[in-house]
Amino acid sequence: MNVQEMILTLQKFWGEQNCLILQPYDVEKGAGTMNPMTFLRSIGPEPWNVAYVEPSRRPSDGRYGENPNRLYQHHQFQVVMKPSPDNIQELYLKSLQELGIKPEEHDIRFVEDNWEAPTLAAWGLGWEVWLDGMEITQFTYFQQVGGLDASPVSVEITYGIERLASYIQDKENVYDLEWVNGFTYGDVFLQNEYEQSKYAFEVADPKMLFDLFATYEKEAGRALKENLVIPSYDYVLKCSHVFNLLDAQGAISVTERAGYISRVRNLARGCAKQYYHIREELGFPMLKVKEDTNHE
Amino acid sequence: MSNRTLLLEIGLEEMPARFVTNAMNQLKQRVEKWFESHRLSYSKVEAYSTPRRLAVVVDGLVEKQEDMEEEAKGPSKKIAIDDAGEWSKAAQGFARGQGATVNDLYFKELKGEEYVFLKKHTSGEAVQSLLPELKEVILSIPFPKNMKWGTNDLRFVRPVKWIVALFGEEVVPFDIAGIHTNRVTYGHRFLGSKVEVKEADHYVQTLLKEFVIVDPLERKKAIRTQIERMAEEENWSIFIDEDLLEEVNNLVEYPTALYGSFDERFLTVPDDVLITSMREHQRYFPVKNGAGELLPYFVTVRNGDHRHLENVQKGNEKVLRARLADSEFFYQEDLRKNFASLFDRLEAIVYHEELGSVADKVRRVKDLAVKLADKAGATEVEKQQTERAARLSKVDLVTHMVNEFPELEGRMGEEYALKAGEHVNVAQAIREHYLPKQSGDPLPQSSISAYVAVADKLDTLVTSFGIGNIPTGSQDPHGLRRQTAGILQIFLSEAWSFDLFTCIEEAIDLAAERDLLKRSKQEIIRDLTDFVKLRYKSILQDQGIRYDVVDAILKTQLGRVTIVVRKGKFLMEQLSTPSFKNDVEAFSRVTNIAKKAEDKKAMVDKGLFQEKQEKELQTLAEEKQDKLLTLLNESRIEEAYDELKSLEPAIHDYFDHVMVMADDPKVKQNRLSQMVLVAKTITSFADFQTIVFHS
Repeated sequence: MNVQEMILTLQKFWGEQNCLILQPYDVEKGAGTMNPMTFLRSIGPEPWNVAYVEPSRRPSDGRYGENPNRLYQHHQFQVVMKPSPDNIQELYLKSLQELGIKPEEHDIRFVEDNWEAPTLAAWGLGWEVWLDGMEITQFTYFQQVGGLDASPVSVEITYGIERLASYIQDKENVYDLEWVNGFTYGDVFLQNEYEQSKYAFEVADPKMLFDLFATYEKEAGRALKENLVIPSYDYVLKCSHVFNLLDAQGAISVTERAGYISRVRNLARGCAKQYYHIREELGFPMLKVKEDTNHE
Repeated sequence: MSNRTLLLEIGLEEMPARFVTNAMNQLKQRVEKWFESHRLSYSKVEAYSTPRRLAVVVDGLVEKQEDMEEEAKGPSKKIAIDDAGEWSKAAQGFARGQGATVNDLYFKELKGEEYVFLKKHTSGEAVQSLLPELKEVILSIPFPKNMKWGTNDLRFVRPVKWIVALFGEEVVPFDIAGIHTNRVTYGHRFLGSKVEVKEADHYVQTLLKEFVIVDPLERKKAIRTQIERMAEEENWSIFIDEDLLEEVNNLVEYPTALYGSFDERFLTVPDDVLITSMREHQRYFPVKNGAGELLPYFVTVRNGDHRHLENVQKGNEKVLRARLADSEFFYQEDLRKNFASLFDRLEAIVYHEELGSVADKVRRVKDLAVKLADKAGATEVEKQQTERAARLSKVDLVTHMVNEFPELEGRMGEEYALKAGEHVNVAQAIREHYLPKQSGDPLPQSSISAYVAVADKLDTLVTSFGIGNIPTGSQDPHGLRRQTAGILQIFLSEAWSFDLFTCIEEAIDLAAERDLLKRSKQEIIRDLTDFVKLRYKSILQDQGIRYDVVDAILKTQLGRVTIVVRKGKFLMEQLSTPSFKNDVEAFSRVTNIAKKAEDKKAMVDKGLFQEKQEKELQTLAEEKQDKLLTLLNESRIEEAYDELKSLEPAIHDYFDHVMVMADDPKVKQNRLSQMVLVAKTITSFADFQTIVFHS
């Protein structure tokens, strides 16, 4: 199964489970969790089921396209369901079967792995899912998001597309993966990997990045004061990405690190709180969506 | 039928492996306690667990609670009988409240006063009606971390999926988080299916058919047997780490061990790296040959049966290949750097907000380590090596490998130092200066390692105390207790005769010079003395010294670790000599009576002596005091004790002829002062009074 088929299969499967199939968000981010469709929507009582692919940037994992496993940018297939359904583990295992993985022919395990995103003031409990010893999915019940207690609780399932594909296609090197017949992963992303790595490690100007951080931070605060949560949150994401670039360059000392993280966290908390208020003032409109609505 | 079996099983989404065993034991204990408090007898409770379930099977549980006879106490007779001699309202109320009538009341005397009493009979209830309370027992299981899920308000370790509660064949009704009890349990996720448990007795067998071994000990045995058989067949040596086995056991319901291999080229990476990578990331058991050399194989345990093992093997090999390729990359990257020059990067790593960078700490450790080497009489070469080792001791913290595997700190430092051409003593000390990391660990094997190890720990200790980070109760985040015990153990094994407290003072001075401490030297030393004393206790007891002897010597000077321990051992030997009891009695007479002195600092006035025994004891005590101290300082324990013992006849003679508590207050005070003086000599050896003799 090529990568494109995998994505289509997962989209179809989760669509059938009443998840909205959305598109990636257009601001750089380190993980699908940071997409406002997860971060903001998991706040408050309104039900929410969604699935999407998220290209996720981790500058310090960049390897100039030379490492067979590590990438500046990888793809997550993200599923969020609020409240978490009782049969979520079974649904997940079924999705693996759709991808052609027969559980009884492998060793699939749920191994404790608790998730924490300090920049988002978010944490949850759950597992990493092992397929024959390989971590293919992060499975998390959110307990806090933006410093707010999750109620009801959202469950987040994050498939590592490249990991899973390298298993399904039995490839040693991520660049050899077949994206679609005739196109490899390398055809699509190798140049991106090289250039982004080179930029992140060697070319990016720390002074400019520090300035950008300060600018974005300020703008995030300004937008929030105007009660504009989503634009404010866009700048929080930008702060986070700029921070990751600085971190990749080793431009932030250990002492300063905690300070930058807490600055981003404070902004994220502010957005979370404000988002809740705005939804509350609107009377949590999504509560009125009938539970049996099928998004297909 | 008078007894039945009770089954309670809580089905969960996979619990964290590290919680499972304790949760199972807690469930068992809490169920037993519940039976006891409800007067329910049973023959035995067996507890079971897998990652997805916690269960107890209770054999021979009675059908009915035992009846209870109690005596209830009411008001006093004065209040119970009114002026007319009739039962008062209070008495009537008491009887009614107990479900009885005044005809049941009788009087009984209690501490000189009469009260009304009545006998109360409570019939035992049917167990069936009590069992739903087990819900609370389940909810009371403590977990280190709980969570919420869905729309439930309950916090529990992981979402509850099903509950089986059977008393014999009957379902015990209750519900948790919307899950009602039932007789339906679930087998292995992929090999088993949903199944009814007909009777509580059938539990273990029913699940075995569904590919679940519910008894964790059975599972563990199966894993061990499979691995041992594999080792035998392949002629391998597979070390089964107990912690790893425990974890693996709690990750599977139906274990099957299998092995895979990796490319031999990875064997150029240090063994510890390969082993750590296999164990920490993948929970594999490493494989060695008979000579103890690592082989390019690994053993893993699958949650399932033998079918399609080749898929599992292939998948695991693929994962490990990527892991080891990473490790190899990190190792080679690290080797490309100049190891010693990485020191500069320690400047940017914060050791502690108030105590500066790791580089700052290393500079203090270096100064202190050289001082220790000096005291221990090290040669110039040794001192240079100590200085070098201290300087490089933390450099590996900035390597890729330690970043990836923090537990390899020290070990990687040694490896990289050797590759960089550092002296083998220096490299060894880099690894060993962390020792002992926990109790039972080996101690540093060379004296150079020992200097750096003690300097590092002393600095941690005094700087923590110096900024007020003092362990309390179970709070000891920096492991200061363990480190202090390590310091004492090293002093002992190196047989250092210099004073620990002098070293502590020097460590304080080094930190104070840099203006790091918030508390005064006196305060730090005062707190540290108590702290060190408590560590001594366990060290001495580990040496087989009895608790009362430990108390006796801990009241004396504690700086010279070897002397303290030797004294303890000496006194333990003395305990088996018949005369020792008499010695102790003589010494105790002196120390006991000395306590009565009001002014403990008053000088002895020889002019007030009336008996010759007073003068004799005085002369002898003055003579022995200095001698004793000198001998103790030279660690000549036996001779010191002989000196003390030579006071004994004079002490006896003294008490035979001298009345300390004389009528004349001046004489009395003078004699007490004399006792204080002699007592001081005695207690410079030990506080003999605390030693217990069993008749």
